[in-house]
Amino acid sequence: MEGNMSLSLKVWRQSDKNTAGAFENYKLDGVSPDMSFLEMFDVLNEQLIEEGKVPIAFDHDCREGICGSCAMFINGRPHGPLKGVTTCQLHMRSFNDGDTIVVEPWRAKAFPVIKDLVVDRDAFDRIMSAGGFVSVNTGNAQDANSLPIPKEAADEAFSAAACIACGACVAACKNASAMLFVSAKVSQLALLPQGQAERNIRAEKMVAQMDSEGFGACTNTGACSAECPKEISMVNIARLNREYIGAKFSSTAV
Amino acid sequence: MSWFSQTLTSSIGKKLLMALTGLFLISFLVIHASINAMIFYNDGGETFTHWGHFMGTNPIVRTLEIGLIAGFLLHIADGLILWKNNTEARPVNYAVNNPSANSTWYSRSMGLLGTLLLIFLVIHTAHFWIPNRSNQFSTGEELNLYQMMLDIFQNPWVVLIYIAGCISLFWHLLHGFKSAFQTLGWNHVKYNGFINFIGTAFSIVVPLLFALMPISIYLGWVD
Ligand code: SF4
Ligand code: FES
Repeated sequence: MEGNMSLSLKVWRQSDKNTAGAFENYKLDGVSPDMSFLEMFDVLNEQLIEEGKVPIAFDHDCREGICGSCAMFINGRPHGPLKGVTTCQLHMRSFNDGDTIVVEPWRAKAFPVIKDLVVDRDAFDRIMSAGGFVSVNTGNAQDANSLPIPKEAADEAFSAAACIACGACVAACKNASAMLFVSAKVSQLALLPQGQAERNIRAEKMVAQMDSEGFGACTNTGACSAECPKEISMVNIARLNREYIGAKFSSTAV
Repeated sequence: MSWFSQTLTSSIGKKLLMALTGLFLISFLVIHASINAMIFYNDGGETFTHWGHFMGTNPIVRTLEIGLIAGFLLHIADGLILWKNNTEARPVNYAVNNPSANSTWYSRSMGLLGTLLLIFLVIHTAHFWIPNRSNQFSTGEELNLYQMMLDIFQNPWVVLIYIAGCISLFWHLLHGFKSAFQTLGWNHVKYNGFINFIGTAFSIVVPLLFALMPISIYLGWVD
């Protein structure tokens, strides 16, 4: 996939958690506008390997916008300039020949840099383990029709469940708040009958875990939702507030 | 920690406190603006002084005033704590950041706007409320607030500071009003349009009304 774009890249390099990092400048020629942003990084890394340098570490897996791993803060925005896409779905045609592109890792206390652009997002997993599940006894699945679910509730739960835990909401938020992520994970279960049994305790525990991970508090700027590749709505944050406040004032867990 | 203090010190709890005290202070603004707007009767301060006297001496209002002070202190202290926590949540900043692509500058500047308002509040209470209450406390007499306004607002710098205070209030309210409802979980297709409309209208009308007071006095429209 040879192309004719020439780019200047300014990429954050950091060898590990405890070493200070810095920006490195790279020149890359022959970039095709049809390459994805990650493919452009592959080409850059090949060039670095040929030069005998250490390639840039970055997270990626599915490369089709569903795994949420391709965290890159590109020219001041998570996942770059487009709306509703991840870095792997961003193509070089969104840039111009001769552009300088600055790439940084997510910046948040709760997401420490492991290496270069790779950050540790275990905090999200710990929030999920705190309550982002339903406990179901094993056995035969019951007949789907035995649990009537209004179409609207199913649709809303489904849009919330579209969250891929990419962390762009945290990266975009001036407070590094994880509210959009947590609200999506709480909503997808709070809206469904299967989620009712643990509804209160889920909201309480997930928010407590979120706070202890060191994420900031939500100030309703809306940056998260605007940058979310799955366009998770702020309505979910309002729901999380209701779920949490309601649970705190009504549950018997003291 | 009891469940109650645990709730109020959680990130959502702190926001809840911010929203509730914020809405309470908004309700205070309604009363403050209405009573002060009595100067526009331009009757030598008669109507204004009548209501000012009621607010300054009525025992129920005076008791509520304690709640108002508490509301201010909570809103300020909680705001500062949130600002500190939120800054700490991102110890390393981005080298290149383009937040205007995803949010409004004033929604991101509530701490700054709040600080400007706090400075204004100190100046403003030093002009009127503190001298008046201290005089009431020591002599039992109220000061002539109307005459004080006429005197104080002869200074163009003071007028400019008050206008700056009103502009800060406008931006602070423009985000704060709607934000409070979102924090309370009140985000609903049936009411969002209404809340947005009232929020914007309130943010314009109240600061404008306040700003007109020093301006009118300085320009001699009210005397
Ligand atoms: S809410 Fe959106 S931005 Fe946040 S983790 Fe989920 S998909 Fe990513
Ligand atoms: S690599 Fe899976 S979402 Fe981008």
